[in-house]
Amino acid sequence: MSERIREKLQILADAAKYDVSCSSSGSDRKNTSKGIGDTGSGICHSYTEDGRCVSLLKILLTNHCIYDCAFCVSRSSNDIKRAAFTVEEVVELTMNFYRRNYIEGLFLSSGIFKNADFTMERMLKIVKKLRLEENFNGYIHLKTIPGASEEMVTEAGLYADRMSINLEMPTELGLKMLAPEKSHEEVKKELGVIRNKFIQYADEKKIIKSVPKFVPAGQSTQMVVGATPESDKDIMGTADAYYKAFSLKRVYYSAYIPISHDSRMPVIGTQPSLIRENRLYQTDWLMRFYKFDVKEILNDQHPHLDMEIDPKLSWALRNPQAFPVDINTADYAMILRVPGIGLRSAQKVIAARQYGKLHIYQLKNLGISYNKAQYFIRCADSPFQLNEKEPHVLRRMILQNSKSKYARQPTNQLSLF
Amino acid sequence: MVIYVFDGTFSGLLTAVFESFGRKHRQVKLVCGEHFEQDMFSETVRVTADKAKAERVWEGLKTKGGKDARKQFYSAFLSESAEIFQHLFDYALYVFNQPAGYANNFGNSHVLAVSQMAQKVHREKHRMEAFIRFQKSGNGLFFAVVSPDYNVLPLILKHFKDRYADQVWVIYDERRKYGIHYDLHHVHEVTFDFKPEASPEQSQVTIAMDEKEELYTTLWKEYFKSTNIKERKNMKLHIQHVPKRYWRYLVEKEDDLRV
Ligand code: SF4
Repeated sequence: MSERIREKLQILADAAKYDVSCSSSGSDRKNTSKGIGDTGSGICHSYTEDGRCVSLLKILLTNHCIYDCAFCVSRSSNDIKRAAFTVEEVVELTMNFYRRNYIEGLFLSSGIFKNADFTMERMLKIVKKLRLEENFNGYIHLKTIPGASEEMVTEAGLYADRMSINLEMPTELGLKMLAPEKSHEEVKKELGVIRNKFIQYADEKKIIKSVPKFVPAGQSTQMVVGATPESDKDIMGTADAYYKAFSLKRVYYSAYIPISHDSRMPVIGTQPSLIRENRLYQTDWLMRFYKFDVKEILNDQHPHLDMEIDPKLSWALRNPQAFPVDINTADYAMILRVPGIGLRSAQKVIAARQYGKLHIYQLKNLGISYNKAQYFIRCADSPFQLNEKEPHVLRRMILQNSKSKYARQPTNQLSLF
Repeated sequence: MVIYVFDGTFSGLLTAVFESFGRKHRQVKLVCGEHFEQDMFSETVRVTADKAKAERVWEGLKTKGGKDARKQFYSAFLSESAEIFQHLFDYALYVFNQPAGYANNFGNSHVLAVSQMAQKVHREKHRMEAFIRFQKSGNGLFFAVVSPDYNVLPLILKHFKDRYADQVWVIYDERRKYGIHYDLHHVHEVTFDFKPEASPEQSQVTIAMDEKEELYTTLWKEYFKSTNIKERKNMKLHIQHVPKRYWRYLVEKEDDLRV
């Protein structure tokens, strides 16, 4: 018995790991009835050796699949071991891991077994058992199975904290090339179902307090980058459009890791482009938290992100007219745009300058990366400069200054700008 | 410079602030009782912790600094650092002598020091919320042994009480030799002895495990390996997130410690 469950877990965790999301935040389920679990803190309980957060038990219900998506290890034509969990097994695993404080909850996805509704129905059984029988209030991220019926999907939304369905490839063209059975239209349909229900529930909640939670942590999606030849502009353009149309909480970018000898894609052994992935995430952050419009960073003139420097610095060097920014008078939005100043330090600057003009030593104390920021700001004791440096000179100076940082192995974790 | 000797407790520190107001001492060197050696040239005040006086200073910190700043004040105290005790003392005097709102003036060195230390303590709090690993014993008790850098059990108590409301648990700080115990209703401080000289591995053998415990530890270890993507390996980042000193408490990392 224990041998079999061990083998299943290995197969079905291994197949699930390519979904990079492990977020468990953005929900606020309380443990009201003395049951078990709550959400809200979004804790990373561990980190894998690749440096990624382990927050959820991320597994497939099964890796049997009727589809044959070229980029996926579970594709039907792939000769691999197949397995499937029972409903009880998933519930037991989740509860026992959760009670030991290993995880924040469950991320359940699945290959398509028989058909979409057959698969979705089993996933629904699992989440209902967890919520209704085990009194489990921990985090549940449920993947929507493409093609599942509207009823099934909306019912799942009553129990899940987050739902997601992956775009897989950044453009319809790319997707059609590798997964002819799939389409972005279908993804839009499923995202739309949840979005509309979400709005409906939110409206009802304004009138009736007891309306149940519906996908409180919102929806997300993922794109694989580097399997197909889209530009960074295409990728972020798609991300931007989906953020807006479906109020997505997150878009994830996953550098393609070659898993087959398919000639349409990079060959096995090609290193995944982690630095590109990192730059895409940085751009995503600039859009979501730093109030950049995607077109400011990527456009027809600049369809690709600079791999040497981060997109914020890159934008600043392209827009010398916006600088220097006076730390003591500029508004928050502009301070946020200074290379070397992150969200936290920008807030601290605003808070601290109420008590007097800020000097260089104080800026350093506030956590600003002064080495970088100095070229873009003025504060109380900034040295007088006769003429500003040319952008390309600046670029070289900054690169030299922070050699170690930029030369270091890139990661999918974000460094602050 | 006057020397104030206090007992190292939180209410002792607050009482010291109270006393300095009464005595109009602005320049005070605060020392913790156990480290203090009498210096015959300085005036010395021995502070006796007093609940009522501490209470008043505690209230005052809320009025002058606000709830959040006061929380930071307490968190920073839990660092148990002598240097921070002095900063906290000077911080309190500073905040009381300024109009309301100055608890956010990060341009002031005490405000900054307290806020930075509070941040460190908070990081440790979050680490504990993440890294605590319960083991289930034969009688259904979930227990965990930790050794946090700072004294954070008081800060994590609520999180665990809210989350694990339907299971009995104990979290034991082996460095400070006390634990917190939840009995399905309340959390109590416990100071039972975990055989002080024995290592945690040894002391744990004395507790009979739940029959499924080994299965779930194995499953968790194997899950941890399966979910890793070896093409993305980045040990530097891994260790930055999970510093080695925590590995001995993490089921999934304990085998790596032995090699
Ligand atoms: S449908 Fe999903 S599981 Fe099946 S092959 Fe395509 S991506 Fe893989």
